[in-house]
Amino acid sequence: MDSILKIALDKARELGAEYADIRYVSSQTERISTRNGHVDSLGTNSDSGYGVRVLFDGAWGFASRSDSAIAGKMMSAKDVQETTEEAVRIAKASRQSIKKPITLSPLDPIEGSWSAVPKKDPFEMKIEDKIEYLLDCERLMKKAAPVDLTYGSLVFFKEAKDFLSTEGSCIRQEMVQSGGSIGAIARDVDEVQGRSYPAQFGGDFALKGWEHIEDLDFIGEAPRVAQEACELLKAPQCPSGAMDIILEGSQLALQIHESCGHAIELDRVLGMEAGYVGTSFLTLEKKGTFRYGSPVVNIVADATIPGGNGSFGYDDDGVPAQKFDVVKEGIFHNYLSSRETAGEIGEVSNGANRAVNWNRIPLIRMTNVNLEPGDYTLDEIIRDTDHGIYMDLNRSYSIDDRRYNFQFGTEIGWEIENGCVKGMVKNPTYTGNTPEFWNSCDAIASKDEWKVWGIPNCGKGEPGQAIRVGHGAAPARFRNVRVGVGRW
Amino acid sequence: MVKKNDCRRDDSCFGRERSLEIVEEVLKLSRADQTEVRLTGFQSSLTRYANSVIHQNVDEINARLSVKAYVGKKMGSVSTNRLDKESIAKTVERALELAELSPENPEFVSLPGPRPIPEAQCYFESTAAATPYDRADNVMEVIAEANKAGFQAAGAHSTGVNEIAVGNSLGVRAYGKSTSAELTCVIMSDEGSGYAQASSRDIANIDAAQVAEEAVRRCLVNKNQIAIEPGEYAVFLEPYAVAEMVSFLSSMGFSAVSYQEGRSFLCGKLGTEIVSPLINICDDGLDPRGAPFPFDGEGQPKSRVALVEQGVAKNLLYDSFAAFKEGKKESTGHYPRGMASNLFLYALPEDSVSQEELMSGVKRGILVTRFHYVRSVHTQKTIITGMTRDGTFLIEDGQVVSALKNLRFTESILNALRSTEGVGREQKLIGTSYSVVAPALRLGKFNFTGQAEH
Repeated sequence: MDSILKIALDKARELGAEYADIRYVSSQTERISTRNGHVDSLGTNSDSGYGVRVLFDGAWGFASRSDSAIAGKMMSAKDVQETTEEAVRIAKASRQSIKKPITLSPLDPIEGSWSAVPKKDPFEMKIEDKIEYLLDCERLMKKAAPVDLTYGSLVFFKEAKDFLSTEGSCIRQEMVQSGGSIGAIARDVDEVQGRSYPAQFGGDFALKGWEHIEDLDFIGEAPRVAQEACELLKAPQCPSGAMDIILEGSQLALQIHESCGHAIELDRVLGMEAGYVGTSFLTLEKKGTFRYGSPVVNIVADATIPGGNGSFGYDDDGVPAQKFDVVKEGIFHNYLSSRETAGEIGEVSNGANRAVNWNRIPLIRMTNVNLEPGDYTLDEIIRDTDHGIYMDLNRSYSIDDRRYNFQFGTEIGWEIENGCVKGMVKNPTYTGNTPEFWNSCDAIASKDEWKVWGIPNCGKGEPGQAIRVGHGAAPARFRNVRVGVGRW
Repeated sequence: MVKKNDCRRDDSCFGRERSLEIVEEVLKLSRADQTEVRLTGFQSSLTRYANSVIHQNVDEINARLSVKAYVGKKMGSVSTNRLDKESIAKTVERALELAELSPENPEFVSLPGPRPIPEAQCYFESTAAATPYDRADNVMEVIAEANKAGFQAAGAHSTGVNEIAVGNSLGVRAYGKSTSAELTCVIMSDEGSGYAQASSRDIANIDAAQVAEEAVRRCLVNKNQIAIEPGEYAVFLEPYAVAEMVSFLSSMGFSAVSYQEGRSFLCGKLGTEIVSPLINICDDGLDPRGAPFPFDGEGQPKSRVALVEQGVAKNLLYDSFAAFKEGKKESTGHYPRGMASNLFLYALPEDSVSQEELMSGVKRGILVTRFHYVRSVHTQKTIITGMTRDGTFLIEDGQVVSALKNLRFTESILNALRSTEGVGREQKLIGTSYSVVAPALRLGKFNFTGQAEH
């Protein structure tokens, strides 16, 4: 494979490119979804292709081809050469507009490999066993409570990626990812409520095998999911006003994701996403001085956590995975960067430039961006709260184009009074602005309740890229937050 | 030497004959009771600009073969982008294996049979022939307009060719090719920003200078923003904001599947007045004012479906699975899962008014150019939240009197549309792969719940 990929590098050099890389990616996906006690869809997908990225006269060009897209013929040396020519042609069109040439931050060539090997390879398991696992969950949900709809899904993904650059890097990476979720919906005359587990929008993912699904224990959680969906129908509306909130781990993971993870992407800060999702309030002068959160807030970007959904060996610039402080004792310290953006501000890349597949260019993406654990237990935080809402599992998320003003909704909440759980509330929402919110954080649960939550589909860029990321979090409390937004 | 117009776009297409040949090959190989084959091929190119330079510029040629095999009521589906003979044979065989392993789905009745496919003009050679230089020329025109005003430009310009062939063992055969072109533009000053975009199947209809001029005009006015107390206001929504709202409404319940599962906001409301009688909503895959395409992913013809007529909820969107489950003879051409593809919100000609008349009716209200990061808060109550962006203005006595800082809204779409006071006559197409054609709207009540710093 390497010899055919090197053809692209040779061609790019011949055409005068100052830099080029090629990524060949092949992957397999297996998706099983069940709905109301039967299989809704059962499918697999295989995918392979390559993308050539060139820097010509300081401007980027990128062209990508599936193995057999051109009239059904398989990838050949001629295809690779033509694709490289197209990338150079595109770069020449780009350079008409550039004011100063792009310079990449320095990187020594690397010959390396990395793999995330599962303990129990889901692709080696019988498919009927995986179907039966979900159907068992559905039976348990239906048995536990009179819900109207039950569903479940499992997704397994494996990928092999080769990266070669004109600087001499040659890297192979392989990984397996597993995840899924279950859920139930209950309805009466004028209300519909749902619960799901373990996380929103497809579930919780990790670079692990079937052992991740076993750890999540869908079977054990299924009855509770159905019971809570039914109980929510009778629960009162979440109260409105300023009060304390306690966020459970998966909701807190999304809070970190939206208000910290995206805000620290250096390409956003430099305006490169301004035409689409926006920029960031964390402008360059804030680095090293800005009080992002209270002194208990420590946020770390760590691409090296074994099994973390945002882990890898090397990013798609070929930069090794790293761990570094983003927020230390409340002060903002570091952005996520790429060779291009780090070069722009005179720094060295910290290895966060990733593409979702062969047909996309790398962009700055979160790795595992984690809120470090504190010293409390969730029980202690609840006992220490006079009036507030404990909120669990995201249902709605929205944030402005500078990652400043946000609003979240969760599936369920429990009202807390005088340190005791008073009762369930439905449709909880909260809103605020990022620095004020993180400065109101005064208690974080300890490492015993901390885990890395895996989000499979963080969206960014044009054309869109939904990529895997992770967020370590334990339940945490935020003081005096505006709760219960809107008219219900 | 690379020539400016040296382009090989057409090489990337399979064409009608080869596409349908592959479909036939797959159907011949399949030993399943029923088989459905879908072959898609596409070339998509996108030129992205920010800080008034082209900073990302990409091109993709790809294809996908999807095979669904049914054994009785058991289904397996497999897809691949490897289209050599061996991979195709493996895909067909694996689909059958999965079907045999799968438990029965008692709700499955059958794949659909063949129906005549109407004509729709959705392929334009001008778009298919567009080169990176053509896109760069348009982008440079936008940047030049921004430069003239001393502003920065950001956005994206895409062009693409898509083809799809669908066949099944009951005789369905359909082939279609379409093109798409879009240009989005955010113009930024130190004080504020303005937005505009254009979409068409024909790149000749994309007037870069006009798009830039519209965004620059907004940006010029969007300065010295004042803060306004969140609360309930009358609003003038530009078509960009209306399009986003109506596409959310569609996703919350026009699908027959969500209705059958009791998740749709329309449950118990079909045949009743759900919004102002001024409002009509339909999905029409053939209407050339949108981005038409004549059939869906099951090879079933698209037709006009009236969803809301003079405020009354009328119909749902069906794929074959949902249609047959209800005992209907055919789908409305909305595979998968009753998804809209070419939505229209409009008023009857006698009910619609000019942009000026719409504005003049606002005594005190807020003009919203577009929404940002809209998400559902409660599907059945059609509550959404999001921000305003790239031009939010205070209107008094029908005139824009000041720019406003961006606002967060949390509002029920149905409640908002119940308070419709006026519907614009001019309509704008937004998007091509999922397109909405929308006018400006004047609403009596819209609930703003928070504020940004800018």
